[in-house]
Amino acid sequence: MEGAARAARADSILAANLQDFARNRVALGATVVVALFALMAAFAPWIAPQDPYASDLFRRLQPPAWMEGGEWAYPLGCDALGRDILSRVIYGSRVSMFIGVAVMLIAATVGALAGLAAGYLRGATDVVVSRIVDILLSFPYLILAIGLMATMGPGLGNIVLALVIKEWVLPCRIVRAETLAAREMEYVEAARALGASSRHIMLREILPNVLSPLIVVSTFRMATIIIMEASLSFLGLGVQPPVPSWGSMVADGRQFLIGAWWVSTLPGVMILVLVLAINLASQGLRDAFDPRLRR
Amino acid sequence: MTAALAPAEAPLLSVRDLRKHFDLRRGLRRLTGDAQRHALRAVDGVSFDLRRGETLGVIGESGCGKSTLGRTILRLIEPTGGEVRFDGVDLGTLDKAGLKALRRRMQIVFQDPYASLNPRRTVEQIVGLGLSIHEPRPAAAIRAAVVDTLGRVGLSSAHLQRYPNQFSGGQRQRIGIARALILNPEFVVCDEPVSALDVSIQAQILALLEQLKRELGLTYLFISHDLAVVAHVSDRVAVMYLGQIVELGPSRSLLREPAHPYAQALLAAVPRIDGAPAARQRLAGDVPSPLAPPAGCRFHPRCPHAMAVCRQAPPTPRTIAPGHVVACHLYEGGAA
Repeated sequence: MEGAARAARADSILAANLQDFARNRVALGATVVVALFALMAAFAPWIAPQDPYASDLFRRLQPPAWMEGGEWAYPLGCDALGRDILSRVIYGSRVSMFIGVAVMLIAATVGALAGLAAGYLRGATDVVVSRIVDILLSFPYLILAIGLMATMGPGLGNIVLALVIKEWVLPCRIVRAETLAAREMEYVEAARALGASSRHIMLREILPNVLSPLIVVSTFRMATIIIMEASLSFLGLGVQPPVPSWGSMVADGRQFLIGAWWVSTLPGVMILVLVLAINLASQGLRDAFDPRLRR
Repeated sequence: MTAALAPAEAPLLSVRDLRKHFDLRRGLRRLTGDAQRHALRAVDGVSFDLRRGETLGVIGESGCGKSTLGRTILRLIEPTGGEVRFDGVDLGTLDKAGLKALRRRMQIVFQDPYASLNPRRTVEQIVGLGLSIHEPRPAAAIRAAVVDTLGRVGLSSAHLQRYPNQFSGGQRQRIGIARALILNPEFVVCDEPVSALDVSIQAQILALLEQLKRELGLTYLFISHDLAVVAHVSDRVAVMYLGQIVELGPSRSLLREPAHPYAQALLAAVPRIDGAPAARQRLAGDVPSPLAPPAGCRFHPRCPHAMAVCRQAPPTPRTIAPGHVVACHLYEGGAA
């Protein structure tokens, strides 16, 4: 046989990439942390020690258990309405995870389809898509989201919509650029020579080849999306009380920061840890999936 | 020239005055710029006929338009002008569906065995694509046909689920050949199918292509810059220079006694193995830009025999022997 096939190589590129990823301890650890947050969100009712909505005015601003005046039934203390902070933080992860994942998936899907169409079909499609992208990029993200939320009113669905409206732009640009390169490859020409439809070429020939950068950029963006949701809720434009969201919890505790630091700090720490973990995990993904970017 | 060239039976492929000019103007320049000055003339007036079962070799330096010619014939690139008839049908008059139906009868094998196979698709998907487009049927039936075609090119069912990165260059080229052949095409453009391979592998792939041609009655347009390869596989040879065919003739006589000064220089540049003193005749200068091809004969700035007329008028193709056509002023006197 002409140069025996490189038998040692993994079956597919994807499998090889995942092996690379699994060897990266930091990224693997970060992924476990993100997974724990996801589990926490999924099983919140079973994990939370207290009812997150039950307020007990006698426990107003009760300190965490390890401080004087705290008790282990309320491990992280209570907020200004006497609600258990740990339980609210656990329930708050549902909002963050849901919005992070929903916006990321919708934006990646919309962006990928728009980017494929613009990059492969070129012409008028490309001009229209690219101009919309440019216009959206010229808006500051938070200001646009605030404006949209102010117009549409609060609500989970509206937050998702307000964030997706701008968020699809990034996956779109990445996919378009990758598609421009892929459409010149001879395997695309071969498919055209066989009479393949544009749809087949975009979805079956090109998409699998642009998936890696799409996954990498989308996971990176999930961290930003979570911060955006927290920001909107902090400003009172996001999830409405009494539903617990980390952003609104930080806002609630602001005025007691000196006397009762734990009210704002603990949800803030959760945002920090989750966003950091997502960033580290996606950095690992990037290193594994796109060796060109490896430093 | 056509009268002398016309074979007894109708040609399978007939190309007339085919032209492809790439418009290099960008954006608004398309509205304001000079179309003529920014047109890259990759293929500029190419005509030939191809009989069923014949192999026509196309040789020329890189950038002379060989590959563009092959792709324009297959309508992978829209031509700027001219006509391509396949089995009597003018490809330019076909709608999308008509062209798609014809695509199964004309295929292409690419130069780069790496870029031409999608790294994210399995061999089964790559080779089976043509069938799933033209003859949709259950996966098991497609698989059987894929295994059959793989067998023809020297691969087996053990390779079905592998990805291209698990194969060597020669094996990859076999996969590319299987992909082109699964639909039983009549005409195949071989675009430098061996030039990316090691010499030892080249011979295997050439032998495979020849064997398949005999078994399946294929007609090849064989594009290459390698004279030895072209001499080996071709019945007739066309020499291209700056988007035009300067000489076309039976491969034996053309390669032994090239008539056009460019063909002579090209052949003289091949190192000889028999120890004969290399009568190398170096061409001065570079190939002129296809953006601004020289007036008159395109070869005149580098031609050792250039005359006054060469600078003014483009030569008309002349038949100098049966089936042997040359576009050169040297032969316009009375040779024909």
